[in-house]
Amino acid sequence: MLELRRVSKRFVGVVATDEVTLEVKSGEVHALIGPNGAGKTTLISQISGTLPSDRGEIRFDGRDITHARPYERVKLGLARSYQITSIFKRFTVLDNLALAVQARSGSSFSFWRPVAAEGSLFDEARSVAGEIGLSQKLSSIAATLAHGEQRALEVGLALATRPKLVLLDEPLAGMGPEEAQRMIALIDRVRSRVTVLLVEHDMDAVFRLANRISVLVDGRLIASGAPEAIRADEQVRKAYLGDEVAA
Amino acid sequence: MKRSIAVFIVLLGFPLVMSAIDNLFYVSFASRVIIYAIAATSLNLVLGYGGMISFGHAAFVGAGAYSASICIAEGVTSAWLGWPAAIAASALAAWLIGAVSLRTRGVYFIMITLAFAQMAFYLVNSMKAYGGDEGLTLPQRAELGLGLDLGNEVVFYYVVLFFLAISLYGLHRVMQSRFGRVVVAIRENEARAEAIGLPVHRYQLACFVIAGAVAGLAGALLASHGKYVNPNVLHWVQSGTLMIMVILGGVGRLWGGAIGAFVLLGLEHVISDYPIPWLAAVAPNYPQHANLGVGLVMLAIVLFAPHGVAGLLSRRRGA
Amino acid sequence: MSWILILEQSLNGLQFGLMLFLLAAGLTLVFGIMDMINLAHGSLYMLGAFIASTLVQATGSFVAGVLLAIPATAAVGILLEVSVLRTLYARDHLSQVLATFALILIINELTRLAWGSDAALPMPQALSGPVELLPGLRYPAYRLVIIAVGILVALLLFILVTKTRVGMLVRAGASNREMALAMGVDIKTLFTLVFGAGAALCAVAGAMLAPLFAVQVGMGENILILAFVVIVIGGIGSIRGALVGAVLVGIVDTIGRAFLPILFGIFFQPRVASAAGPAIASVMIYLLMAVVLFFRPQGLFPARG
Repeated sequence: MLELRRVSKRFVGVVATDEVTLEVKSGEVHALIGPNGAGKTTLISQISGTLPSDRGEIRFDGRDITHARPYERVKLGLARSYQITSIFKRFTVLDNLALAVQARSGSSFSFWRPVAAEGSLFDEARSVAGEIGLSQKLSSIAATLAHGEQRALEVGLALATRPKLVLLDEPLAGMGPEEAQRMIALIDRVRSRVTVLLVEHDMDAVFRLANRISVLVDGRLIASGAPEAIRADEQVRKAYLGDEVAA
Repeated sequence: MKRSIAVFIVLLGFPLVMSAIDNLFYVSFASRVIIYAIAATSLNLVLGYGGMISFGHAAFVGAGAYSASICIAEGVTSAWLGWPAAIAASALAAWLIGAVSLRTRGVYFIMITLAFAQMAFYLVNSMKAYGGDEGLTLPQRAELGLGLDLGNEVVFYYVVLFFLAISLYGLHRVMQSRFGRVVVAIRENEARAEAIGLPVHRYQLACFVIAGAVAGLAGALLASHGKYVNPNVLHWVQSGTLMIMVILGGVGRLWGGAIGAFVLLGLEHVISDYPIPWLAAVAPNYPQHANLGVGLVMLAIVLFAPHGVAGLLSRRRGA
Repeated sequence: MSWILILEQSLNGLQFGLMLFLLAAGLTLVFGIMDMINLAHGSLYMLGAFIASTLVQATGSFVAGVLLAIPATAAVGILLEVSVLRTLYARDHLSQVLATFALILIINELTRLAWGSDAALPMPQALSGPVELLPGLRYPAYRLVIIAVGILVALLLFILVTKTRVGMLVRAGASNREMALAMGVDIKTLFTLVFGAGAALCAVAGAMLAPLFAVQVGMGENILILAFVVIVIGGIGSIRGALVGAVLVGIVDTIGRAFLPILFGIFFQPRVASAAGPAIASVMIYLLMAVVLFFRPQGLFPARG
């Protein structure tokens, strides 16, 4: 579903992503792992379109989206959640999700009819809230949510656009064990409807969820394949996993 | 909503009271305040709700004022032609300026809108055919027909009041609509707005153009009111004055622009027309230095009451 | 249209551009490092001119008056920074715009109260004559001095910013403020220094240009906008951009005003030419700015990213 061919990005003096070629198959959960600074978030930004690539080609659902603007990619079904929570802090949870639903459903060049009258928008927002476990917090202002709840909303915003593929950038970042379990369960729930490219440091989550894993080190893809193969891979162990993970 | 209606009832009754005591000067003054209220409200849309710090809004007021004036000067006295022309001209100006300016962000955007407005000022200043830097005096106000004589102060007052009403109501509806939600969301978190699939630039431009169009209407009304227009209408100090009104009245609050216009113009009038004895004793020329007071008040507001008068009002009511 | 005239106008443009650079340099650093819009920058330029006029009269010497005005204006700038402007660094842009706009009003009125609406700073006698640069090209000596001062200050700034430790800190701050903060740079003092330096530059420009233009309340605002245009073209936070932008703006504006009406007169009918020529000439630099922005929204030499 998502194909990257030799995707590269260079900043002054630093090569962030270096000829990355990988494929995410439709329906899978594909994890992208690697040490800090490996270029994972840069790659995600290139895929979502917020960072233009210096070289390479990105194809989504058969289409070349290398030069498409971020909002165009979203319209095609490619959504993203952020590593550093980026929600609409002063909106309520319900309004956050309703906005994402609104963005997806038709034009917002509508100046007269009150949004409040569009029941279907809010019904759909409520169902997304249910999926991410925030049904009890619909009228809470986003800024007042606990960290884990904000991360859930972060993912929810991406899901509300009904994407075909969602890029999750460290959804478990900063979460305690209980919250992490909830997030893992959430990703498990949605995987039947959405293809997932998951960037994560939490190896427990990665090995539980991933169909395939790709490893990024210093901007280069050093391995890609089934979890057991990755776990056993010498190069990957040396570069990243260390001897912590039991074979 | 109820408060708004109450205010409008008072405003409706005002000129009748003034007519009764035979003081039409204040009716004319009130018309001027209302026109500025419309202009400030249009800036509130772009600045308060949209978060776009446009320092060149006076250019759109000026575009409207000059378009309407040129119409009348050339013999096209019907408001039905002149005022839509003014709105179209300022909307076009807003579209052109917005299309270039909105490619930038932050500090750049502010400076660019300022620069473009000053450009408009110089352009108009060099139009010798329409008065250049001396301005253009009009033989008459625009004509509405319908048995309404805009030359009559009371009639003119009701007409501008009508436009204020629809501006405020329009703003109210727009902010409740899909468009309004998007505009506020873009202000709150532009990156995320784009990330959920919204073509941010298009919405910002549309907001900019709408505000420009309403400002143009205010300009047309202003030209008719004073039967005079000059390049100072476009000067960046005027843009600053409009911004002062918006922040004074309350950024992002429905009545913010109107309250700000009322307070600022009211204060200006009081200071220049009513001698304050103790102040006169200390500084005999004080009305000429009124700007010092304005500056100090403004600085105080920015530093200590950033939500303006409307903010203070709603806080006191425990809202 | 002779080559002499073109050369002369080019020199005028260079002279104006160099003075614009002095204003723009200080302004671009404040934008770049402190991320603050300071509309009152033009007021420092005005104060420089007024203070210089008083000091020149008091000391009887043009040079002494101008030289003394520099630290005096810098002191005013630092006073402003420490008292009011410091609180604005953390605030949003709108608050900064309004607060510094308020400062313009306040400073203008205080100047009017102290000096009246204008002051006089006459050209020094020794420099009021022309100098023969080339056979047939006689150019006012004073303007040559301005060009020389401008080039000197530009060189000084260049050395300061690229060769000294302070300069390195300034450049680091301009390109990545958070990083500079994280590296433990004493931000408060750095900001104050930068601001004071900017005020000093304004004073030089204000004092030097005073004999050519009128010294009056409100002179700051007009040149401020030009400085903005320069910075937008050159790129925020970049001194090199400010120099390139300033010289570009100075030359385009001067040559545009001098030759565009003539050019129009050649191609268009007199009625059109006399109306359109001066009009377009006065907005040349804004059109230039629009064109630059269209292709490079960050300016020609953006310091960041």
